[in-house]
Amino acid sequence: MADGAAPVLDVRGLKTVFRTRGGEVHAVNSVSFHLNPGELLGVVGESGSGKSVTMMSLIGLLPSPPADVRGGTVMLGNRDLLKISADELRDVRGAKVGFVFQDPMTSLNPVFTVGNQIMEPLIRHMGMSKKQAQVRAAELLALVGIPDAAARLKSYPHQFSGGMRQRVMIAIALACDPDVLIADEPTTALDVTIQAQILELVKDLRQKLGMAIVWITHDLGVIAGIADRVMVMYGGQVVEQAPVKDLFANPQHPYTRALLKTIPSLTGEREARLQVIEGQPPIMTGAPAACPFRDRCAHAFARCFVENPERRAIDGCEVGKGHDVACHWVAEVAHA
Amino acid sequence: MLDVAKPITPLVQVRGLKMYFPIYSGILRRHTGDVKAVDGVSFDIMPGETLGLVGESGCGKSTVGRALLRLYEITGGTVEINGTDVATLGTEDLRKARPQMQMVFQDPQASLNPRMTLADIIGEPLNEHTDWDGDRKLARIYELMDAVGLNRRFANRFPHEFSGGQRQRIGIARALALNPRFIVCDEPIAALDVSIQAQVVNLLEDLQEKFGLTYLFISHDLSMVRHIADRVAVMYLGRIAELSPRDALYARPLHPYAEALLSAVPEPDPTLARSRQRIILQGDVPSPANPPKGCNFCTRCPKVFDLCRQVKPELAEVEPGRFVACHLYSDPTAAGSTGASTANEHNQQGVSL
Repeated sequence: MADGAAPVLDVRGLKTVFRTRGGEVHAVNSVSFHLNPGELLGVVGESGSGKSVTMMSLIGLLPSPPADVRGGTVMLGNRDLLKISADELRDVRGAKVGFVFQDPMTSLNPVFTVGNQIMEPLIRHMGMSKKQAQVRAAELLALVGIPDAAARLKSYPHQFSGGMRQRVMIAIALACDPDVLIADEPTTALDVTIQAQILELVKDLRQKLGMAIVWITHDLGVIAGIADRVMVMYGGQVVEQAPVKDLFANPQHPYTRALLKTIPSLTGEREARLQVIEGQPPIMTGAPAACPFRDRCAHAFARCFVENPERRAIDGCEVGKGHDVACHWVAEVAHA
Repeated sequence: MLDVAKPITPLVQVRGLKMYFPIYSGILRRHTGDVKAVDGVSFDIMPGETLGLVGESGCGKSTVGRALLRLYEITGGTVEINGTDVATLGTEDLRKARPQMQMVFQDPQASLNPRMTLADIIGEPLNEHTDWDGDRKLARIYELMDAVGLNRRFANRFPHEFSGGQRQRIGIARALALNPRFIVCDEPIAALDVSIQAQVVNLLEDLQEKFGLTYLFISHDLSMVRHIADRVAVMYLGRIAELSPRDALYARPLHPYAEALLSAVPEPDPTLARSRQRIILQGDVPSPANPPKGCNFCTRCPKVFDLCRQVKPELAEVEPGRFVACHLYSDPTAAGSTGASTANEHNQQGVSL
């Protein structure tokens, strides 16, 4: 990891609030992270933990209202994406930041050919002619491992299988050679053998193209296999962040520890009983003034109920660079 | 639970189960073919046992579960549950047989009527199959809610007021209402968050112990199946590829598909995940409307040889308790000569992508 190089994406104190009839929901609460060139950052969390909303906020994909991106900075290179106009942002999306969504069927337009959809960003962002775009589109399809690419450009999305459609989505996201690729649960809708194909493809593409990737998932197994660094989210906040090996070998936050224990292993010791995390994930209404995990935490004590913990490094590095965790218990008890 | 070996008669006996869905085409909507969702599946489930049924989407595992409970009119074969062949029962007899076999569905949102209260939902099987009075029913509803860990105060609430995990508990309570012996759990945890999955799986295990239930646990989550199942059947394109005791299967899968499927599961351990040799299968699952001529897996199998493209292998016991449908094992001449050489070839193919 090139730690010395300037990060391609640097997010500080991002806050997103949804205005609902039941009050304000703090979906993303002071999230900070950065993405180094060529790095794959894994973002793990359950549904409602704010992992997708964070990524959607930073490239302006959330409808407003109800969403309201309240604060923070999102530096892509030397531009703050939260400050630029909607037009400029449209140039960033697709050209500088590529997006792969979970469900390849609903994110492809069924009435246009696949070739048409790959060519669209090439013509829009790269100023290519239709002919040039067609040639490039065929190259892209071949790059993501679709056989007989030139002929397949004329096919419609329904003529592809789920795994093939996700390959097409990746081709579209890569079309303009983006600096950052955001992949939101790209393999969740796929079968395991097809997931293995896509993961292999992404590894291969990283070697060839060297772009930085944010990979959102709830599957710790997937993260273990491909990520360089992992950020664990809970209740709209980053609760732990570490290099992938540290996180799995030495998890700190009680949530991370519990989460790793709830998954049964495929090869290791078979437990007679699964460990559970009691209770439900929180709904973040009202200003977060306490630790979001307090009600489910086995180690919670008085301070957890009155003060939201800040992220603190446990290895002496700057927060965000090494292994850091937002937990009073870790700060006061575990490392006292 | 593992001791339920030979002498006890199986609770569920499935023989040659076939479930075809007809395809009609042309102006006259003529019957032009069949989607062979399940094409000759046989297995037993012992009393108190959990049989895991795994496979990828479209392999027919849910269809097997639904056909077993006669939610479909099956195309062929027999399904004996507790001694009665449910495949041929008449309407009234079938209705009488229903209490002993129940189902827990995948999507707890879609399988609960949004206009019924929790008490109505759990009590509906009682209305249908008992002549109990209101008090007795309510007592039973409370008992069931206690059993699945739902607070009694929730009895008059509606499904939308509950979280996914709680809704799945409601579905389980409803399935338990009539004291069934056999429950088909069709992907009961697939729609739940990771931290909630463990809660529901533990509940299912507790209930099994308490009420002596027999489960068919359908899932695509191989790690969870390893946790809950005693034996595991791996399905591919409408047929069982391998049926083995859990530990044997996970330690050493025999069928090439079972092997590839297990190797494709991501392991939550960065060191292991990066060092492990994976078998990456090429291509996609063929259409069940037009399966390959020979073995259903022959189009993607890394160990394929000539015989596989000609003849469908039958499920046969190749080691005590282990059933495999593969020519590598069933045909001694092929396994002796061709099998060994293709196995080497397979390794090379598996590594190079």
